[in-house]
Amino acid sequence: MRPEAVAPQPEQHADEEPLVSIRNLETYYSIRGNFADRLVGREAGVVRAVDGVSLDIRRGEVLGLVGESGSGKTTLGRTLLGLVQATGGSVEFEGREITGLPERKFRELRRRIQVVFQDPHASLNPAMTIAQAVGHPLQIHGVEHDRTQLRARVADVLERVGLAPAEAYLDKYPSDLSGGQKQRAVIARALILNPVLLVADEPVSMLDMSVRAKILELMVALKQDFELTYLYITHDLATARFFCDRIAIMYLGRIVEIGPAEAIYADPKHPYTQALLRAIPEPDPTRAVPRDLPRGEVPDAASPPLGCPFHPRCPRAFEPCGWESRDLRDLLEFRWARLAGEPRVEEEQAVVGDLDVLDKPAPEVRLPAARGRKPEEVVALLERIRAEDPQEPFWKGVARLEASGSHVALDFHLPQEPRLEPVGDVSVSCHLYDSAASG
Amino acid sequence: MASTSAPAPITPHGRAKLIALGRATKPIREASGMARFMFWTGVGITLFFVALAIFAPLLSRYNFTQYASGGHRFPQLGHPSSAHWMGTTVQSSDVMSRVVYGAQTELEVVAIALAMSLSVGVPLGLISGYFGGILDRALVLLMDALFAFPYLLIAIVIAFVLATSSIGGGILTAAIAITAAYVPLYFRVVRNHVISVREEPYVDAARALGARPRTVIRKYVFFNVVQNVPPIATLNAADAILLLASLGFLGYGIQPSQGAEWGYDVSRAVSDAASGIWWTGLFPGLAIVLLVTGLTLLGEGLNETLNPVLRQRRFGRFEFDEREPREEALLDQ
Repeated sequence: MRPEAVAPQPEQHADEEPLVSIRNLETYYSIRGNFADRLVGREAGVVRAVDGVSLDIRRGEVLGLVGESGSGKTTLGRTLLGLVQATGGSVEFEGREITGLPERKFRELRRRIQVVFQDPHASLNPAMTIAQAVGHPLQIHGVEHDRTQLRARVADVLERVGLAPAEAYLDKYPSDLSGGQKQRAVIARALILNPVLLVADEPVSMLDMSVRAKILELMVALKQDFELTYLYITHDLATARFFCDRIAIMYLGRIVEIGPAEAIYADPKHPYTQALLRAIPEPDPTRAVPRDLPRGEVPDAASPPLGCPFHPRCPRAFEPCGWESRDLRDLLEFRWARLAGEPRVEEEQAVVGDLDVLDKPAPEVRLPAARGRKPEEVVALLERIRAEDPQEPFWKGVARLEASGSHVALDFHLPQEPRLEPVGDVSVSCHLYDSAASG
Repeated sequence: MASTSAPAPITPHGRAKLIALGRATKPIREASGMARFMFWTGVGITLFFVALAIFAPLLSRYNFTQYASGGHRFPQLGHPSSAHWMGTTVQSSDVMSRVVYGAQTELEVVAIALAMSLSVGVPLGLISGYFGGILDRALVLLMDALFAFPYLLIAIVIAFVLATSSIGGGILTAAIAITAAYVPLYFRVVRNHVISVREEPYVDAARALGARPRTVIRKYVFFNVVQNVPPIATLNAADAILLLASLGFLGYGIQPSQGAEWGYDVSRAVSDAASGIWWTGLFPGLAIVLLVTGLTLLGEGLNETLNPVLRQRRFGRFEFDEREPREEALLDQ
């Protein structure tokens, strides 16, 4: 299945200057709050869609950016394309800083960086024929104005992306084409300017399975033809394996693991990467694989967990991973939801006071007992829960649990932010591989 | 496709235009049932009035201000007769001539008013919706404030102000008054649609291609927004006829010396009706009703053919294969 064309050869490029160099990139979106906030123009907070990402894209490679929805991978691509403004950090393209570049100056760069979006049906203007749509970039950049020449160039690029004979497609409207044909036209439109970097944002995820492989094969072939570098954004590790030289795994706006595709598939280091790889469906249904997928959902990026953003879902989390107040609330609520209907749930809920004090992220908690109850009872309850499931990683994070005055004092080990550090062939951002934290 | 019936030597560009035209008119050609009936009836009635307006000098024997012919003064409040098919008014003018020339006035005013309100409202809506920000807020506030007034009130105020200025009480004044009443509507419709189109991936793609905002708006936003406008403009034209007639009825519209206007005629005929003189009010009134109906049918027909939510596709009758139930029964076992 895998053609030789994509055999990774990163060593060859290692000493070259990278095509794109991203350092500590941050892209935040402000959240509009409630009605009153809007009236006075107050912002309710920010979503850290991209939160301190550093990576290089080398000339001629395919870098896969993989993550669940909400991980910030699309925002990273859009920042690179200048469609959203970076909040901080730097992006250098061919040695030139492009963050904060005014649109007027960015425009000339756009000939070199092009994009293919996820939805081929919505990426083409329904009011333009294929000839107009694919040829428009040449007119925008003043490369070609002569109509006959323009048409010839469009026909040429259409044939190169497999829409042959081009004459059959030139005067069609997007609504006359199938999804795969539309995506080919979108790729043609991106390639007609001869870009060096193509940002492909989930280019095949909306296509039929049968068409996916064909489009990916086309992209592999075009990489050779046009000497392209790809940033391939996807949630699908299966296609990334087929297509990418290197892979960066993103979670909540950060890169948790980055390295050569082979190394990542052969020996995933980060617990999140391991979970993602286990989530790939097995072709053989008789082989029942224990999946233990990450529990819960991706946390709210507007107030990400302290420490490592993955720790609340991580089966291997331990002391420094960033345990905090909200994890206690999740623990209790998850337990009560699991035991729903049993009488002890109500008893337990009657002992513990208002859980809302836990919503403020903090590594130490002062949890009040319910009205008329003693904090010792709460401590006893928590100890009972701990005894029922001592393997639960949450308890590793607890440094102190005792009644103090009218409250329960619950202190966690201080959270430490994991940093991306080289481990073997890859770089991982996890305390498990971080000698300072685990020692 | 339209290109097949086109004359032989055409450039690629010309062919593209023909195809675009064929595509744009396709829903109309394919319309069926009620939508088709409404559309073509509306076209018929409207074309009838357009013909009246164009050929008014040929169709009517007298001018609309004329009260005498060949030295003979027309009768006052004369019954419909062979000389005056629709009778005469208290000022001895011929009712039929006034009705026929009235078509000219109405259509001229409405055409100018529509052209002006489209050319103000649509660009403002495009810019406001695409760029957003402070400009958008200010424009929306202004337009909503205008929207809050009854159309007629705005039109009266504008007509009154202009009539006392140097422009006078002619066709242009009436057209400007109507324009002021309708600009907020086009602005609102276009702006709101632009806001949704702006988020489409093809607009992002155009930006990523390096298109300037002007190009994005012209080539990517405009054509996807403008399809809403023809039905609204047509329905608005019907409304504008009523507005112009109301202005005329209240005495703020076209001055009698400037042109024949049905609303004005109806207002003059109010006192006649009490004394059993029906022809002075009936014919201009009928003309108003007919033209408004025609334009409304045209607009509704367009709306139903162009609006995908209302559009009904034709489906052939579906014939069940007679053997099918038996086979299904077999499969069930």
